[in-house]
Amino acid sequence: MSAVIRRVIGYAGAIALLLIGWQAASWLIASPALPGPFVALSDLWRLRSELLSETGVSAWRVTASVLLGIAIGAPLGLALGRAPRADAVFAPIVFLSYPVPKVVFLPVLLVLLGIGDASKIALISLIVFFQVLVTARDAARAIPVASVLSVRSLGADRWQVFRHVVVPAALPEIFTALRISTGTAIAVLFFSESVAGSSGLGYYIIDAWGRVAYGEMFAGIIAMALLGVVLYEFIEALELRLCRWTRAGRT
Amino acid sequence: MTDVLIDSASVTYTGVERDVRALDSLDLALGAGEAVAIIGPSGCGKSTLLLAMAGLVGLSGGSIVIDGHGVTAARLRTALILQDFGLLPWKDALHNAALGLEIRHQPLVDRTRRATEALERVGLGEFLDSYPAELSGGMRQRLGLARALALDADLLLMDEPLSALDALTREDLQDLLLELWRQRGHTSVLVTHSIEEAVFLGRRIVVMTPRPGRVHAVVENPRMGEHGYRATEEFYARCAELRRFLADEGAVHGARVAAPPAVGAS
Ligand SMILES: Nc1ncnc2c1ncn2[C@@H]1O[C@H](COP(=O)(O)OP(=O)(O)OP(=O)(O)O)[C@@H](O)[C@H]1O
Ligand SMILES: [Mg+2]
Repeated sequence: MSAVIRRVIGYAGAIALLLIGWQAASWLIASPALPGPFVALSDLWRLRSELLSETGVSAWRVTASVLLGIAIGAPLGLALGRAPRADAVFAPIVFLSYPVPKVVFLPVLLVLLGIGDASKIALISLIVFFQVLVTARDAARAIPVASVLSVRSLGADRWQVFRHVVVPAALPEIFTALRISTGTAIAVLFFSESVAGSSGLGYYIIDAWGRVAYGEMFAGIIAMALLGVVLYEFIEALELRLCRWTRAGRT
Repeated sequence: MTDVLIDSASVTYTGVERDVRALDSLDLALGAGEAVAIIGPSGCGKSTLLLAMAGLVGLSGGSIVIDGHGVTAARLRTALILQDFGLLPWKDALHNAALGLEIRHQPLVDRTRRATEALERVGLGEFLDSYPAELSGGMRQRLGLARALALDADLLLMDEPLSALDALTREDLQDLLLELWRQRGHTSVLVTHSIEEAVFLGRRIVVMTPRPGRVHAVVENPRMGEHGYRATEEFYARCAELRRFLADEGAVHGARVAAPPAVGAS
């Protein structure tokens, strides 16, 4: 309980600091492109229903993408990590395509899937997929032999080794990959929404920018930041639940 | 009852650079309910022998027959306890102890009861929901033991189970191992590097040759298991004898000298 309170206090402190810094910066720079937090927050309040629906669109896109990326990337990565023969075939493909920045495929995806949700979800899940795949594969390869042997000596078949050893052992690292790729996912979400389509926070921000409505633009930016924080906190809470043991024995 | 017949068992590992012959036609027979200690130079194939008995490493020749059945895969009532105890850090004590039963699809109520009983028996009754990281080394080893007990194992294979523990905890657990063996009468195979441990827990002590491992000699230790054996003159004499024997035969520092000729072994 006290951990939660400490967290809330931490966030409150950080927000206060950010607001002060923002206000100071806006006074210093004195440009209409950087309005102070009060202007932005009052716009946020005024446009709350519109922003809420745009946030909903963006939240759906990023959540669906992250889920899709994990659902495919994690099992595949774990399987590759535990199956040397399949790995010998697929690892070179993975390592060739991993460094290619996936955003360059946006134009292709736009042509193939249209400017709606599908192209954006495809792009973001591609990015999450690769990050989770590579991490899960490495984690599965690093599992101590003794853990596997002891479970196999109990008569475990392949699937049970997976369930009792491979998955739980790799889970903390998959969560780390998830946290990192969520940041990337939101950045790419903004990019893809601002490039194509007419919905979502990315579009909203760029649209406000085009109308020189800087207060509204910052209201959109705040909404996007909040979306990121909520997603991040959700992942954090999930990890706390699923990987309770990583906190055992620490003082 | 659980007797073990190892008949010219050989194991060859396929290495990255070259193949390694770890066991070379090893013969050994264990009676049901017997307690045997295995000692030998590092790398001579002791762990390999246990893994082969557990059905986790395939033989390249010979056979291992347990309780009348050839070993081809993991056997239901064989328990393997490794040096790091083979505990899963992500499961609490109860789930670690119940793991064997869970893998064998025992009903939840049943496995919880049996695991709880086993944990109480090794003195961990109050730590059911602790994770391994929250237990001391000795407690972790007790937990590894509880898993074997929960399975009602009749063959206990232990690979240097106590070597990571401090001297006092170690004696404590040696006493526990002995007591459990006396109560349950399981067949027990203990690999150890400690001469005292071998004499305390082995009715027979098998001395292996340097790699590729074979049985070099079997030392009888008839008074093992008697109350207070550890404090007797005879115990010390037996340890000294074994130490001298190992030194003479080059088994202790065997890795440094050439392997002795295979003739006359066992
Ligand atoms: N998975 C493996 N792949 C290849 N070679 C192996 C493997 N495991 C063991 N070996 C080799 O087989 C030989 C016997 O190994 P083993 O682990 O059985 O020895 P040990 O007697 O248990 O040694 P120690 O007392 O140091 O634990 C060693 O020379 C080792 O290099
Ligand atoms: Mg060994």
